[in-house]
Amino acid sequence: MILNDFFILMKQELMLLLIIFILLILKVGKDRSNESLLHLINALLFLNLISGFIMPAEGMLFGNMFKTNALITLEKNILNIGVLLISMQSYSWLKNHKHLSEFYILMLSTLLGMFYMISSGNLLMFYLGLELSTIPLSAMANFDLEKRASSEAAMKLIISSAFSSGLLLFGISLVYGITGSLNFTEITPYLTAGPLQIFAFVLLIAGFSFKISVAPFHFWTADVYEGSPVAVTSYLSVISKGAVLFVFVSVLYTLFKPLAELWYNILFLLSVLTILIGNLFAIRQNNFKRFLAFSSIAQVGFILIGISGSSQMGTASVIYFVLIYIFSNLGAFGVVSLVSALTGNENISDYKGFYKTNPMLSWVLTIALFSLAGVPPTAGFFGKFFLLIAGAAQGNYILITIAALNMVVSFYYYLRIVRSIFMDSNEQPMVKLYIPWMPKLALFICLAGIVVIGLWGTIYEYIFSLSTGF
Amino acid sequence: MNLNLLLLIPMLTAIAILFCKGLKQVRMTALLGSALQFILAFFLLYNFYEERTAGNISQMLFEFNYSWFAPLNINYHIGVDGISVAMILLTAFVVIAGVLVSWTMDSLSKEFFFLLIFLSMGAYGFFISLDLFTLFFFLEVAVIPKFLLIGIWGSGPKEYSAMKLALMLMGGSALVFVGLSGIYFNTNIGGLHSFDLVQISKFRIPMDAQLLFFPFAFVGFGIFTALFPFHTWVPDGHSSAPTAASMFLAGISMKLGGYGCLRVATYLMPDAAHAYSGIIILLSTIAIIYGALATMMQKDLKYINAYSSISHCGFVLLGIGMLTQTSITGAVMQMVSHGLMTALFFAAIGMIYSRTHTRMVAQLGGLMKVMPFISAVFIIAGLCSLGLPGFSGFVAEMTIFMGSWQNPDPMYRLATILACASIVVTAVYILRAAGSAVMGPITDSHFSELTDARWNEKLVAVILIGGIVVIGVLPFYLKDLITPGTQEILLQTGQALMTK
Repeated sequence: MILNDFFILMKQELMLLLIIFILLILKVGKDRSNESLLHLINALLFLNLISGFIMPAEGMLFGNMFKTNALITLEKNILNIGVLLISMQSYSWLKNHKHLSEFYILMLSTLLGMFYMISSGNLLMFYLGLELSTIPLSAMANFDLEKRASSEAAMKLIISSAFSSGLLLFGISLVYGITGSLNFTEITPYLTAGPLQIFAFVLLIAGFSFKISVAPFHFWTADVYEGSPVAVTSYLSVISKGAVLFVFVSVLYTLFKPLAELWYNILFLLSVLTILIGNLFAIRQNNFKRFLAFSSIAQVGFILIGISGSSQMGTASVIYFVLIYIFSNLGAFGVVSLVSALTGNENISDYKGFYKTNPMLSWVLTIALFSLAGVPPTAGFFGKFFLLIAGAAQGNYILITIAALNMVVSFYYYLRIVRSIFMDSNEQPMVKLYIPWMPKLALFICLAGIVVIGLWGTIYEYIFSLSTGF
Repeated sequence: MNLNLLLLIPMLTAIAILFCKGLKQVRMTALLGSALQFILAFFLLYNFYEERTAGNISQMLFEFNYSWFAPLNINYHIGVDGISVAMILLTAFVVIAGVLVSWTMDSLSKEFFFLLIFLSMGAYGFFISLDLFTLFFFLEVAVIPKFLLIGIWGSGPKEYSAMKLALMLMGGSALVFVGLSGIYFNTNIGGLHSFDLVQISKFRIPMDAQLLFFPFAFVGFGIFTALFPFHTWVPDGHSSAPTAASMFLAGISMKLGGYGCLRVATYLMPDAAHAYSGIIILLSTIAIIYGALATMMQKDLKYINAYSSISHCGFVLLGIGMLTQTSITGAVMQMVSHGLMTALFFAAIGMIYSRTHTRMVAQLGGLMKVMPFISAVFIIAGLCSLGLPGFSGFVAEMTIFMGSWQNPDPMYRLATILACASIVVTAVYILRAAGSAVMGPITDSHFSELTDARWNEKLVAVILIGGIVVIGVLPFYLKDLITPGTQEILLQTGQALMTK
């Protein structure tokens, strides 16, 4: 291994490590005001994002344990965008928080874990990355230190994560027992859909399903989302889920390619169940964060349909959708987090008459919700369309019909919120909120993303062209 | 001529509205934009004739093709034939009338006009699309603004109606989506799947796929145009909507469905259209009769027009289902005619409602004495609706009946006779409504203080009545415009008949 390779191939991970160390040093140094620290951190995160685009490289390290290529770099860049946006949006919440730098250290550690996970070429490496990305996350969920619900959320997250990690580990050990290797490329040729292999595979799928909250493994989601601070909730629903989805796609298409028929049927069942459960529960929610939790469960169901399609189209549409999902979901979460930080309101009924006092925020929230629902001309329409088209390539029109009709159900609950904002009368609507420039910029970026990513076809073409190899 | 202008002008108008301040600026911008679009629509007609007389016989004119999502072979492909030109003209008429009729919309005027113009962009885009993806995109663009328009500015149980309308139309487009994906994966043009309308029409989709996906596409678009069991959004949606939105809904939005049934379902899957024509005719005949009878029972002017729209749009589907040259031409004419007529009707009802604050037939009376102009407009719309010769309704319905009669099957003839008979019912409810609401003594003493139409309302009436009368007196212009387009569709279905 040449040292040069090491720096170039792992530059995104090294960059994150560098930022973490800077934060640690700043922490032991003299006291700074939170605001200046936040500006500095956001500048660093921006640099981190930019550096991801410079000199993309392709190669393997550590005996094929760590791999990177243009697609993986792109996936990491997408996650970087999301982290920067979340950081900008939580400005109002973090401004007065005592443990600002710890929050970022924890968040960036999880991100580092996700990067390792995405880059893994070996089940051991994958597991290490996964653990690094989960354990600090539960500490983050506890970051509203004085709230009981927050610590409850953290407990639930750590226990369910531990359980799913157990499942994964059991699956991994079985795979090792069958094939005698943990290396992706060495495992694949030995897979023949024997009973033990199927058992191992089902365990792995269950582990993954926990992480991306696929029904029937979704029970932790709503409580954790509700209890955690909004910034952490959005991080959980966008970044953490996106990262696991990226890995899930590549694992299914490469590692478990010989079992394609098996996992197609599993995905069929899981996706229908997930969409149905997500939709039916989302209708009944009144807490905005719980609502977004269930709606994100339904979204994952749609993503599973995309994965069930053919390799290139499926990969491209899933990555494209996650990119869009980051912008749309963060648009919605951005408004929710501002409202929550400035007024403490987190219920949908509090948003009645919101348009009268906060027209701009109302429009941002509405457009983001439309994008989540898949209404043109927002990007969500294109994302959903391509996911379903990718799924339809298999010729399973029953699945597509169920999904398309479920989109109508999801319209109902998204429009219900729009109705509260615009139409329901309220004697005491929320006061006019003052928004600092940084969250405002973040919301603006989200809006721009929602509009541009869909209409500008080149982005999809670019992702599609990268989706050939893993 | 560059068809992108048809999208660019509404888009720029909508953006300009965002920067306006106050009702006066907003409505002037909206009027300017829609007037420009109105002129452009006529310019398009003129150019279209120029090309045709110059001997350009290609099926679609002014095509523009841009590769949008190359890996999936999705293109932004637009172009027009005679049918599209007719529908674009209709849209331009209704939109300018809608802007004028909302001249005094003072609550949230900026948002109102923005949504109205945005909605019209969806309709224009839909009518010029030659790519199924583009078409579907614009179809959905034209749904959600309606939800907001009805829910915010509507009357009565507006939230309920808005939600019902949005969900039913979205359900329709979900079915359309399944139909389109079925079409896409069953085409093979140069080794690629395709969404291109013209290319698919030359490629024959396999019969079993047609039989499977025709119902999805037809019912999906049918929901937009009040196909019988899925018509329930129409009465609630129309009656709760503000006047301009009702005009748009009945005048254009329902035509999106008819156009889709014709252009996508029937044109691309002609064999299945033949196989299912009996069911289509059955459902549309039920819609015609049921709509007419239900109208008899209504007491609210808007409900009367909404239910009669179900009946009138049934004629469109009947004409499509009969699959003869004349009946399809009649169906397109009925779309244009009903669009203008129903927009006029809703405009007149809106003018009456804004003055009397009631739409109940029983509470109205003697309006002719206090507002002769509006009353006259109301009566003209009614007469056109019941198919009086000299107005467009007569021409269109007559053409459909003649076309339908050409179909020798006795059951089809029976359907034609029943549809004809519904005209009598139409006459009953229209004349009854007009008689008790407009004629007779003044029922409410404060009616006598009301004023007649203002200039903007007069202009609305002039524009829409102008369109209705021109089609009614000189129907051959419209017929000649759309006939080549319908011939092309018939060529498909005719081939289908032969292979059968």
